[in-house]
Amino acid sequence: MAHSYTPGLTVTEQTVIRRRRQLPLPGTVLVKVGDRVQSNQPVAKAELPGKVYPLNLANQLGVAPDEIPDYLVKKAGEPVQKDEILAENKPLIKWFKTEIRSPITGVVESLSTVTGQVLLREPPRVLDVLGYVDGTVVDVQPQQGVTVEAVCTLIQGIFGIGGETWGTLAMAAQSPDEVLTPAHLTADMKGKIVVGGSFLPAETLAKAKEVGIAGLVVGGIHDKDLRALLGYDLGVAITGTEQVGFTLILTEGFGTIPMAQKTFKLLSAHAGQKAAISGATQIRAGVIRPEIVIAKPVGTLSAGQAAAPQREGIQIGDPVRIIRDPLFGKIGEVSALPSDLQKIPTESNVRVLEVRFPDGQVAVVPRTNIEVIEG
Amino acid sequence: MSASAHASDKPKIDYPLNVIVATDCGSTTTKAILIEKVGDEYRQTYRGEAPTTVEAPFEDVTRGVLNAIAEIEELSGRKILDGDKIITPCRDQKTGVDIYISTSSAGGGLQMMVTGVVQNMTGESAQRAALGAGAIVIDVLASNDGRLPHEKIERIRSMRPDMILMSGGTDGGAVTHVVEMAEYVAAAEPRPRFGATYRLPLIYAGNKDAQGQVKKILGEKAALEITENIRPVLERENLAPARNKIHDLFLEHVMQQAPGYKKLMEMAGAPIMPTPAAVGVIMETIAKREHLNLIGVDIGGATTDVFSVFEGVFNRTVSANLGMSYSISNVLAEAGLANIMRWVPFEIDEQTLRNRIKNKMVRPTTIPQTLDELQIEQAISREALRLALIHHKSLATGLKGVQQERTISDVFEQGASGKTLIDMLKLDLIVGSGGILSHAPRRIQSMLMMVDAYEPLGFTRLSVDSIFMMPHLGVLSTINEKAATDVFVRDCMVYLGTCVAPIGQAKAGDRLADYELTFPDGRVVKDQLNMGELRLFPLGVNEQATLTMQPAKAINLGQGAGVPVTREVQGGAVGVMLDGRGRPLQLPADSPARVAALTKWFKAVELYPRL
Repeated sequence: MAHSYTPGLTVTEQTVIRRRRQLPLPGTVLVKVGDRVQSNQPVAKAELPGKVYPLNLANQLGVAPDEIPDYLVKKAGEPVQKDEILAENKPLIKWFKTEIRSPITGVVESLSTVTGQVLLREPPRVLDVLGYVDGTVVDVQPQQGVTVEAVCTLIQGIFGIGGETWGTLAMAAQSPDEVLTPAHLTADMKGKIVVGGSFLPAETLAKAKEVGIAGLVVGGIHDKDLRALLGYDLGVAITGTEQVGFTLILTEGFGTIPMAQKTFKLLSAHAGQKAAISGATQIRAGVIRPEIVIAKPVGTLSAGQAAAPQREGIQIGDPVRIIRDPLFGKIGEVSALPSDLQKIPTESNVRVLEVRFPDGQVAVVPRTNIEVIEG
Repeated sequence: MSASAHASDKPKIDYPLNVIVATDCGSTTTKAILIEKVGDEYRQTYRGEAPTTVEAPFEDVTRGVLNAIAEIEELSGRKILDGDKIITPCRDQKTGVDIYISTSSAGGGLQMMVTGVVQNMTGESAQRAALGAGAIVIDVLASNDGRLPHEKIERIRSMRPDMILMSGGTDGGAVTHVVEMAEYVAAAEPRPRFGATYRLPLIYAGNKDAQGQVKKILGEKAALEITENIRPVLERENLAPARNKIHDLFLEHVMQQAPGYKKLMEMAGAPIMPTPAAVGVIMETIAKREHLNLIGVDIGGATTDVFSVFEGVFNRTVSANLGMSYSISNVLAEAGLANIMRWVPFEIDEQTLRNRIKNKMVRPTTIPQTLDELQIEQAISREALRLALIHHKSLATGLKGVQQERTISDVFEQGASGKTLIDMLKLDLIVGSGGILSHAPRRIQSMLMMVDAYEPLGFTRLSVDSIFMMPHLGVLSTINEKAATDVFVRDCMVYLGTCVAPIGQAKAGDRLADYELTFPDGRVVKDQLNMGELRLFPLGVNEQATLTMQPAKAINLGQGAGVPVTREVQGGAVGVMLDGRGRPLQLPADSPARVAALTKWFKAVELYPRL
């Protein structure tokens, strides 16, 4: 059983990451290969088509759809101002004149002589794609976007909400098992990425919004508090577009779970530095985990180290986190990898491993119930 | 309607297939099985599994496949892999396999939007076509769906489906509404979920007279495919052409978006089949071979797929986001906490349960290690199964399949939808598949999960996929029917037994029926089944017993209230279960009483090791 593969989260002082910055539709790339870019710098832009307003002119004028062109004041492709006349009839008696005015400012996109409607479209909205991490452009896909490479400290969380943001890292908790209370959040944390310990209560979430904190990184949260924050019960873990006032990253999971010592130490070591974070989580095909990226100056690491580390499988001595009850959240290291299937209390026969905790105690755990702390 | 794969998919192999390795790349786990010819018969010999590796750091579905096959290598002593390559055909007795085949649902499923003119007519027909092709229907847009035009356009823009199926209008009928819908789709400029470079596949299967207009409006904006009208006349559906087109486009565009999928296609010796399509093939085969009315279920990590064959009519629905790993939290959201809690045989506070469910959602590959964790997962699975069957019932309605006709007067009666074809009293067999059912530590657990969720009426046989290999056998049946049938009969299908459930209610402890059970060895058990009792009688596989039941006056066993029934009942890995809990099943509302009732039932059938 040499090929056991266990998904893990990366927590590492130094790595090279590449992030594709892609437009949702063809546009213009604003940078070139080799350019140094900042988190908040636009690297590509596109024009998102404006909203569409259908108007059934045939109905409103009381004519057949194929007669519509005769009544149009504005033709397809022409710009139109709000309240400008789009179409009108020409009755013999002026009082019976009907004028159809445009409900928006935009263009007449199309006219249908089958349905009798015109489609008006609002002006396009410019969409900028930003660099997200401080790094170097290593690839350009014309009209689509770029790939930015950064030498960085990388910490992956398990779950998050909210989009990409940036700010200075501020340690609010003194230890990984400390609960982040409202008192920990001060006015000077506005716009910062605040790191807590084991748990984030609802009152602290409210305070974070009030202070204007850009991002929160904590060990755990109660599901009911998340539900209250979002206003709905999250069914599947596909997030990143929520707008709750800040980006939230959980490093461990749901409940009160001390942040892994390694994660806490690494974040502490970079307090005061700029970090880029994203809460986007997608636990489906092509998984996306939330992340904290602390970019390093250019030239820190030689090129060509961008590839993800390839692990052969779990090894004795690997640091692991138990990710299922009854020992959920405990951290230790692999002390044995027995190859035979073993019966667990549910009566299932499964592959297991032994984990030794810092206090010397050893537990037998199904292999699938641990997560390697990578990096 | 048929679940069968295209005949043209059948690969030409000019050597005997004696050793076959098959994988199913699920959303959570990749399962591999080895099938070997032993004498004249094919048998499933070894199995392996590994986490599906569409996730970082691999982002390559073939890594999970190789890991699962490597497990088979280690267990069997057969050398199958040469580095990252599968050795085909066999080189000698202990090296290589003759073919490698696979099914996959690792791409996250095919998410479709469908459009029609009248929501309950062409809209529903389009929905059935998409569901039958194994898709997840994320919205049905229709001219009369009550949404304003701009709301429809916004919906298309925001949902980002993998594919759109447009229907509407009978051939020769009015084109206006169909064209109007095409205009809305064009105005939305739909973009696919994956890949900025390819155009969204869009199938038009509506009024043939509108084809030219639709082409003009959408030809430049999407990868338009035109096929036969799914509702050529009001009284008839013609779903197969649209369904085949969806299947082709799915393979061509969508499945390939799963990381590493192209490599997987190169490795496989036959086209990769979507998992729901493969399981559908097997379910339909069982029903046809044994002339049964059947309900089948495959409860996975992300979706629960329900299949039914009633009076020869096959139906399939895919309940997106009702599953046991990625979608477990959605089961909580849809069923509600109280409905899940009602199956848990102990007290647990809401916060703890909610956190546990969310933790499973974010770490979907974990398994229950303790008994209470197992009980919670099996409670959730009952609700996932129940909700998916409700969904299936709502769509497995009249006017199914090609050439099934209805009259105009029926059409006027079609308020929301036709009458469901699922008649639980006519149901002969329930077949369960998927991790939670196939891997339940005790077979009785699989049986009771399905009984509690489906509440079968009267006499119903139950079976389970022994180790979750129905998808593999579905795809295998398209290339070697004998191998698929041999393995299915010998190794895959485990008959659990028969559930006998009187219909009706009585006061707790009151008599529901007198029964007399005559076993094959001549032993006779005579007793009374009372309201609230669950009784289990072991009766082996291939064994039959004779059950005579005299129900109480208001109680029905399928022949009418108070009418006695004598039936042969089949045994299985579990036996014969007399379910005296009443139909519909009602659990005590009061929490201590509910826990007591569950504990009593679970003890009666020895559901768990200790209670």
